[in-house]
Amino acid sequence: MAKTLFDKIWDAHVVREVAGGLTVFYIDRHLIHEVTSPQAFDELTARGLTLRRPEQIVATADHNVPTRHQNQPIQDPLSRSQVDKLTENCATFGVELYGLGHQYQGIVHVIGPELGITQPGLTMVCGDSHTSTHGAFGTIAFGIGTSQVTQVMASQCLLLDKPKRMRITLDGDLRPGVTAKDLILYVISQLGTGGATGYFVEYAGSAIRGLSMEGRMTVCNMSIEMGARGGLIAPDATTFEYVKGRRFAPQGENWDRAVAYWQTLYSDEDAVFDAELQFDASAIQPMITYGTNPGMGIPLSASIPVLNGGSEATSFDKSLRYMGFQPGESLLGKEINYVFIGSCTNSRIEDLRTVAAYVRGKQKAAHVEAIIVPGSKQVEQQAIAEGLDKVLADAGFELREPGCSACLAMNDDKIPAGAYCVSTSNRNFEGRQGPGARTLLASPLVAAITAVEGRLVDITQYLN
Amino acid sequence: MEKFQTLRSGVVPLPIENVDTDQIIPARFLKATTREGFGANLFADWRYTADGQPKSDFVLNDARYQGHQILLAGKNFGCGSSREHAAWALYDAGFRVVISSYFADIFRGNALNTGLLPLQVSDEVLQGLFEVVAQDSQTALTVDLQTQTLTVPGWDEVIYFELDPYKKECLLNGYDDIDFLISQEAAITAFEQQRSWVF
Repeated sequence: MAKTLFDKIWDAHVVREVAGGLTVFYIDRHLIHEVTSPQAFDELTARGLTLRRPEQIVATADHNVPTRHQNQPIQDPLSRSQVDKLTENCATFGVELYGLGHQYQGIVHVIGPELGITQPGLTMVCGDSHTSTHGAFGTIAFGIGTSQVTQVMASQCLLLDKPKRMRITLDGDLRPGVTAKDLILYVISQLGTGGATGYFVEYAGSAIRGLSMEGRMTVCNMSIEMGARGGLIAPDATTFEYVKGRRFAPQGENWDRAVAYWQTLYSDEDAVFDAELQFDASAIQPMITYGTNPGMGIPLSASIPVLNGGSEATSFDKSLRYMGFQPGESLLGKEINYVFIGSCTNSRIEDLRTVAAYVRGKQKAAHVEAIIVPGSKQVEQQAIAEGLDKVLADAGFELREPGCSACLAMNDDKIPAGAYCVSTSNRNFEGRQGPGARTLLASPLVAAITAVEGRLVDITQYLN
Repeated sequence: MEKFQTLRSGVVPLPIENVDTDQIIPARFLKATTREGFGANLFADWRYTADGQPKSDFVLNDARYQGHQILLAGKNFGCGSSREHAAWALYDAGFRVVISSYFADIFRGNALNTGLLPLQVSDEVLQGLFEVVAQDSQTALTVDLQTQTLTVPGWDEVIYFELDPYKKECLLNGYDDIDFLISQEAAITAFEQQRSWVF
């Protein structure tokens, strides 16, 4: 029977089906971090259990870490205690930890792929909704809550109902200035913030195949922002090339065997999806969000929509009041106070290269604070090796140390109340970047141009 | 996990759609390493001013709704972050049921694992419930998990709601998935043996 990519990987991980349509589902790799794991370790201890497969878990500290002076003790006592707790738990339970100061430390969804932990055909979970990032490799990867973190620790399995399958096909050549981030912001703007709830999404089409692995990660990363359980892309030569030679990638004969298997991971021609959507990628323009959920996105040069009643009206009005915008107005010319380049969506080396290439020889606007937070120590080191640190510093950008930073503002990296921030992260929820902060989601290229101009502009006029 | 069987309670109306988990519990309050105490910061940025004073126009600060254990919220409740702390915060603040016309997947799972019932109704029923509560803030609804029914005073028919039969048993008895998964040890080991080449 013809199968979708998702079904092939799902079926290979069914331990058994139990009454009521639930599946005991096997998890190959489990990533943990300091915020959603401490209660799970405590629960395990309270029940007299231990880790079933510690070698299938990798830990890092990312959500709550400072992005300055990482070589010094963490100042905030609560943050410090959470990071210390992770270190203590990893030592007690025998989990590999890439903690602060380690050469592999970084955002959990950046380090998984760059270390070759993420591979096609695997199942991966993490107590973080952006775990969908790893789907870029043809992996079933999704975020879980802390109770489920405990379940995977204890049994290496989860009890799941099978999601429905959706395919989103994006065909066509991208216009100048349009990036992976614009593709996914466009798709979310079409589906809305709950439009893919209950589905696992496969992204397909020439525009997706033409993306680099980092671009594909950006797309899959934001699947959760339209409610999807996860997103994935069939692995191909681009995927194998990226994985090959990475630290935890299969070697020698195992590599050949792995690739032979990975080449079977695609949706069969006559496979049936529960939902199919198609978009013309060549019509997509550079995008920006104007509201307080990621579905509230428009082309940068378009106007904020006007809503005529309906059940959404109250929430829409509340959102625009929070943002200080009016229905029907254009965002072009709006002054911006902060630019944040970072997060598991856009903090990889290609993102830093895009920003550096644009700002080389230019200066950020005087009133803009421009922060760039690499996704990992390895990204940071690569940027330094390429001299990007100097280019960025010369342009007035502050290059910080790795972490989740102002994406969720758990640490000191907060945007002040009322200030506007163009951010390459994934969420523009009220207060996400600090109480009262106003977030506009965009690509690293839009962010770089905005930092230099100090206001929102039609970026197509600024491309070389 | 505490058992959930029946509840008769007043309602706290929150007619906002797409309430995300960053609103339910902002990230800066996630630094604790235990499950308790998150209720004090439930909806913190909607509930308190920057200097920590209660905002009089937010429903949780309205005396009419104090002690009510059912939250009535707009559609797509709990979207965004996977933080189970959102379900813990609602539970810790005294809520036992959230009614909406749909829930984000991860939140729904987290709620069920916390002993908080995510009760899904149609858009029309949701609208009707908001109207009932607007007319009388003291309207008490009855939720019966065994019969999967919601009873609304003055309505001719009870509302039937869906719930996975396994999760229903778990809630009724206070069980969680860990005991079940541990009991699958033999099947899991057999599975690992046939899949061992991957690692």
